[in-house]
Amino acid sequence: MAIEVRIPTILRSYTGGEKVVEGQGGTLSALLDDLESRHGGLKERLITPDGGLHRFVNVYVNDEDVRFLGSLETRLSDGDSVTVLPAVAGGAR
Amino acid sequence: MRFDSLLDSVGRTPLVGLPRLSPAPTGDRPVRLWAKLEQDNPTGSVKDRAALYMVAQAEKEGLLRPGVTVLEPTSGNTGISLAMVCKLRGYRLVCVMPENTSTERRQLLTMYGAEIVASPAAGGSNQAVAVAKELAAQNPDWVMLYQYGNPANALAHYETTGPEILEDLPSITHFVAGLGTTGTLMGTGRYLRENVPGVRVIAAEPRYGELVYGLRNIDEGFVPELYDGSVLTSRFSVGPREAVRRTRQLVEEEGIFAGISTGAILHAALGEAMKCVKNGEPADIAFVVCDAGWKYLSTGAYAGTIEEAEAALEGQLWA
Repeated sequence: MAIEVRIPTILRSYTGGEKVVEGQGGTLSALLDDLESRHGGLKERLITPDGGLHRFVNVYVNDEDVRFLGSLETRLSDGDSVTVLPAVAGGAR
Repeated sequence: MRFDSLLDSVGRTPLVGLPRLSPAPTGDRPVRLWAKLEQDNPTGSVKDRAALYMVAQAEKEGLLRPGVTVLEPTSGNTGISLAMVCKLRGYRLVCVMPENTSTERRQLLTMYGAEIVASPAAGGSNQAVAVAKELAAQNPDWVMLYQYGNPANALAHYETTGPEILEDLPSITHFVAGLGTTGTLMGTGRYLRENVPGVRVIAAEPRYGELVYGLRNIDEGFVPELYDGSVLTSRFSVGPREAVRRTRQLVEEEGIFAGISTGAILHAALGEAMKCVKNGEPADIAFVVCDAGWKYLSTGAYAGTIEEAEAALEGQLWA
């Protein structure tokens, strides 16, 4: 099962410069464990020591924020697209 | 409608149906979209509401007296709204803006007499906030209203936008707005949740090009102080391609000439509408048209193909 994961510029040092990597897992948590096995160090930039998503990291599954889906337990399936982005201040508002 | 002054005419904007874009405008289980036309405010954006409330609140607290300097980090609309309010109330305004915001916004601000301090493009709005905070520390007699953390921003929507929408659309099931300072969503969302059982409050967050996120350190990220995730039921990230496509669709099919951030909001609203159709649920979905398209013509979003527009928006703060 392949899930496409978009990595922001700031974290590409963990993916050998790759912008998009592939991983697998039935949940976001499992996907991050899978990515960690090939891209060591990535997981701890996204997850705090107590096991939650880092406050300034947003993760989207098919463009929807996982905090409103089930956070790390969000279900994933083949062909899903996961995007990781740093939190930024709003624009023209 | 007659008003004593321009400031008295803020708000009470029209809510218009979208008979062509609504997936099921009629029938026994209608799924309808409704646009709240905030470009009808005096300076042409939803930000007039927050600007007026924040200044009025600061006046009530005795922070402002004629001649005082008001300071604000903004990439556009809030600055323009504050410039108008400050002009009419007799305050000097300094806006901190990322240098890569559109020329229309700079010219408008300058015309209103505001002074602009440019912050580095690479730092985006985060950096504008940081620069404004530094300026505030260096100039203790200046008043920073700080839209990202000022409760009067959300209160404006709790007391005006929310009640207006509910009065016009008592059958509302969804409210969709853009996520920037989060004031519109927090204020309107709270009001609707208190008054409409089961209402869904949906955020559309702009996803910029990579240049905007740049090499920002994740530990220095920014979440507005006003933001409370428990007010929302879902949050969508919308990229420039979809935003541009929907912005154009809104003009072509419904005649509404909106800014690009509105395209992102419409994209999220249509996504929810399609889910309702699929589930056989009737829905009345209200969304915010933040402003008109005029200020963004120079971005390139309104000419050429979608691909060309998307390329033109790379590196720009389009919402």
